[in-house]
Amino acid sequence: MRVPIRAGASSALGAAPAALAAPPMMPPDLSQLSPELLGVLMPMFLWVDACGRVQAAGPTLRKVCGRALRPGVLLFDLIEITRPQRMTCMADLRAHGLRRLHLALRARPRTGLRGIALPLGPDSGPEPEGGMLLNLSFGLTVAEAVRDHALTDADFAPTDLTVEMLYLIEAKSAVMGELHGMNLRLERAHRSAVAEALTDPLTGLANRRALELALEAAVQAGGRSEAVPPFALAHLDLDFFKQVNDTHGHAAGDAVLIEVARILKAETRKHDLVARVGGDEFVLVLRMMNEPAAIEALGRRIVARLEAPVQLGDVAATISGSLGVVLSVDYLDPAPKRMLADADRALYTSKHQGRARVTILRPDLPPLDLLRPVAAG
Amino acid sequence: MHGLVNRSLQCFLRDTYGPDLWGAVARRAGIGPDGFEAMQIYDDTLTETVLAAAAQQLAKPPEALLEDLGTYLVSLEPLRRLLRFGGVGYADFLHSLDDLQGRAQLALPDLDLPALHLVAEPGGRFALHLGGGPAGEVMARLAPPVLAGMLRAMADDYGALVLIELPEPQATPAAGAIQIDLLQARYAKGRRFHLGLPIAEATP
Repeated sequence: MRVPIRAGASSALGAAPAALAAPPMMPPDLSQLSPELLGVLMPMFLWVDACGRVQAAGPTLRKVCGRALRPGVLLFDLIEITRPQRMTCMADLRAHGLRRLHLALRARPRTGLRGIALPLGPDSGPEPEGGMLLNLSFGLTVAEAVRDHALTDADFAPTDLTVEMLYLIEAKSAVMGELHGMNLRLERAHRSAVAEALTDPLTGLANRRALELALEAAVQAGGRSEAVPPFALAHLDLDFFKQVNDTHGHAAGDAVLIEVARILKAETRKHDLVARVGGDEFVLVLRMMNEPAAIEALGRRIVARLEAPVQLGDVAATISGSLGVVLSVDYLDPAPKRMLADADRALYTSKHQGRARVTILRPDLPPLDLLRPVAAG
Repeated sequence: MHGLVNRSLQCFLRDTYGPDLWGAVARRAGIGPDGFEAMQIYDDTLTETVLAAAAQQLAKPPEALLEDLGTYLVSLEPLRRLLRFGGVGYADFLHSLDDLQGRAQLALPDLDLPALHLVAEPGGRFALHLGGGPAGEVMARLAPPVLAGMLRAMADDYGALVLIELPEPQATPAAGAIQIDLLQARYAKGRRFHLGLPIAEATP
């Protein structure tokens, strides 16, 4: 079968470039272009007559449409034009001119297409006799289209870059997979580095750096105008720990420290912070605590538990602890450095008074007076 | 050297010989056990150091390791698919190698693979010339055995029977082509390949 297709839209295509126009030569005889040959150039062409009935289609489009592409089927029954909207007849298509169309097959999976429609035959009058020639390609969903319709390399024109694009899509996915794996590795490394930087390796408690960060956060939590949420700062120093180390060795000392950490964790709440800030020194940040009585009770409980002998193989080690406590509510400006220094002073009072004690340092005057300058002389 | 190259060497050693072997190679080469990141550029000499360390540790010639690396690369499905894009038959695939460096550069502009040029000779013989392109000296030295391993593995994938000969290491560039004898294009049933990704793999 050889169906002549006369492209009558030379005016619409514009004049040929000068370099091609000279020397004068015969325009190519397009009547030699059979649908078969046309299908080699454009495997997804669609030729419809003036009424919009399909006359011929390229091999790839036939494969994609399957049974829906019967000879004589109406273009608009086969394909929906999605952009521009409201194109429902051949006159709309002619009026659209030589601009890009977005289309979709009506049959599932409603494969998306792009295309252009070329008017055929003698120049269009009010009632054009010629049909139209459409050339289609896959849109952005090309990878899905290739999968859904089991297309192969041979389904694309030799000049078509679709296969290169599929290659790039897969290469990009492989590279993204590598990047994703790398991100996960970096994230894990980052998290463990942060945890290591903020943790005391022996006890698993927070270290001094973590304590500083937590105190900064605690005093800033109230914001500029609001009051800082109240918290208590307790400084704990073990008593008789040096004797354990000297008598039973450092391994025994480490075992005692681990046991102390366990007790402190057990006696505090989840949102409190327990930090080991020196050999046998600990700091507790007790959030939402401003009742001296409750704090004193907690302190006594901790001391009592610390005094229970720790069994180390055949021997038992006995220690105790002294605490010094300050309350954020006693400060107009609860600066961490100042509070730590005051808690340290309170601790020394406990030590001085015979150890195994809890001292809560309270100002003698109401907080307002802390601001008042001390009169000289 | 692109980290992807170093990382593929690392993954090959780890997956083939186990993490302990990789750990020993990393120690011998003086790098951390985590090894390489895929998207970094490393000094070229580091690749050769790791290869030499692995060759010593496994008591194998480095060329043999590189050939096994080529086979390993084809065993990775995403890479096998990329290579199968080259064509429907093994001869098509060989011809598509001319585009390999260009395609790789589209995806990864700084991968710097050597340019490949295939010359078809009568009687189903092919000569694959390496050279030119952006590849550095080390890449140019390492590439031929890796390619030979890949070509063998791809022949299995296509079901083709081939004979592949590497050039002598001291060969002049002109004589330094990989010789491929395509004895039988359809010797065995090859593995299946569809241009479209199966759904399970398309949606990670």
